[in-house]
Amino acid sequence: MRKLLNTLFITTSNVYLTLKGETVVVSQEEDVLGRIPLHNLEAICTFGYAGASPMLMHACAEKNVSLTFLNAHGKFLARVIGESKGNVVLRKTQYRISDSEIASAKIARNFIFAKVANQKWILERATRDNPLRIDVPAFKQVSERLLEDLKKILACEDLELLRGLEGQAASAYFGLFDQMILQQKEAFYFKTRNRRPPTDNINALLSFIYTLLAKDVSAALETVGLDAYVGFLHRDRPGRASLALDVMEELRGVIADRFVLKVINKKMLDEKDFIRKEDGAVLLTDEGRKKFLQAWQERKQETLTHPFLKEKINWGLVPHAQAMLLARHLRGDLEEYPPFLWK
Amino acid sequence: MGINEEDYLMLSGIQHFRFCARQWALIHVEQQWEENVRTIEGQYVHQKVDQPFIREKRLDKLIVRAMPVKSHELRTTGICDVVEFIQDPAGISLINEVGKFRVVPVEYKRGKPKKEEEDIMQLVAQAMCLEEMLACEVPVGYFFYDEIKRREEIQITEAHKEEVRQLFKQMHHYFTRQHTPKVKMGKHCKSCSLENLCMPILNEKQDVKSYMRRYLV
Repeated sequence: MRKLLNTLFITTSNVYLTLKGETVVVSQEEDVLGRIPLHNLEAICTFGYAGASPMLMHACAEKNVSLTFLNAHGKFLARVIGESKGNVVLRKTQYRISDSEIASAKIARNFIFAKVANQKWILERATRDNPLRIDVPAFKQVSERLLEDLKKILACEDLELLRGLEGQAASAYFGLFDQMILQQKEAFYFKTRNRRPPTDNINALLSFIYTLLAKDVSAALETVGLDAYVGFLHRDRPGRASLALDVMEELRGVIADRFVLKVINKKMLDEKDFIRKEDGAVLLTDEGRKKFLQAWQERKQETLTHPFLKEKINWGLVPHAQAMLLARHLRGDLEEYPPFLWK
Repeated sequence: MGINEEDYLMLSGIQHFRFCARQWALIHVEQQWEENVRTIEGQYVHQKVDQPFIREKRLDKLIVRAMPVKSHELRTTGICDVVEFIQDPAGISLINEVGKFRVVPVEYKRGKPKKEEEDIMQLVAQAMCLEEMLACEVPVGYFFYDEIKRREEIQITEAHKEEVRQLFKQMHHYFTRQHTPKVKMGKHCKSCSLENLCMPILNEKQDVKSYMRRYLV
């Protein structure tokens, strides 16, 4: 499995990135803030207006380093994409399957299966780890319910029904989400999922981490030659990376939600790291974002044994492993797509 | 029936194919590529010879670099690192040159001489292209190994040529079907730059259905 290199996050808005030789130079007006050899980087991610020289973009495209521009709130703006990699035959297979609701449903089913299986396992882990702080019977009940959903999902070959099953499972899971927040309860609570804009601290973190994960998944898909914009569960919508959202389904809970819970429960962020706008929108402060990204980077370096490949990899490589497995399925090496099932 | 040169395969692919049919298919059919130390070294070695506009004359020798070649028989095109034309009364005549020449391909390689025959297949295929294009015999070729800075002479035999023909036949067959052969794991996997893309481990995997069913408990 390939090595996980680092992501360079630029969170200050008036920073300019250039390339000198093989080194990325980070500068603010006249001052050089740092130099990082390009070959140590897998991705560069900038927030707010941060410029990058065309020469750096060129080198990133050539060396397959993902260079992403997000706005100050972490919303995706643009990405530098190099020459289309991979085979046109692979992408045509992807498009053909995407055009067929029946064929799409067979792959979508596995994304959703894993999403719900992972949510179920998150709930079970919570009952095991904190039996005295959560309503165990309620967790057990939802877990059993999710098991019934899983059986239905495995037998389901209809996209609309799959979406329905997924929605029900998600609302049952999110109904217990607040109980898994064990620390700083006054500042961090969860009633329901809201976004655009998020109106509480937890939703602000969830929205942010989903953006980061979507960016990683998109890059992983492009790396293996798939088109991140053509999905199976998510249908085409201009400008939406539908396939990235598909693959993300199985990773949301296990990677993103758990990470947000950990950051709060370990008190890595607190109330002071957020600001509330006049309209109720909640934003992370610059300082809060830095801490969050730092923790995210560290999280990605931790290892696990991939459940299907049985190989030790970094958490940060899970999107790559899934992208490769999806490509291998579309190429016909695997009769079905093996989703990421955490245990 | 006309010749459709669009379907010609890359000559250098024969070394990948001889090394591992799946590696070849990943590169040439699926267009996947990943660099490792060996491939970067290879690029470095070739920087020195990839100079199509330098033509050298030394005494009885004309040295041509980065010469494009092809063979309609093998349906392949490629580039010879170096072709030497050596004055020889028993040789062939060349356009714009006085006298007769024998034709000798020289292929530049990183590292030192290898036991396996994949490099030889590439040199033989080049020789076959030259024979076809120049209507001549190319009985010997050379490897120049970067690490030991020395040449090794290779006899181009009929047995080699027959193997090259068979390999190209199979390559065209796979290419037409856009087929990537399944993994055959072996020692060679260790030195392959595509291990991450190939996932040789997939071959031994359980089926996905039972992998998923295990979570229904």
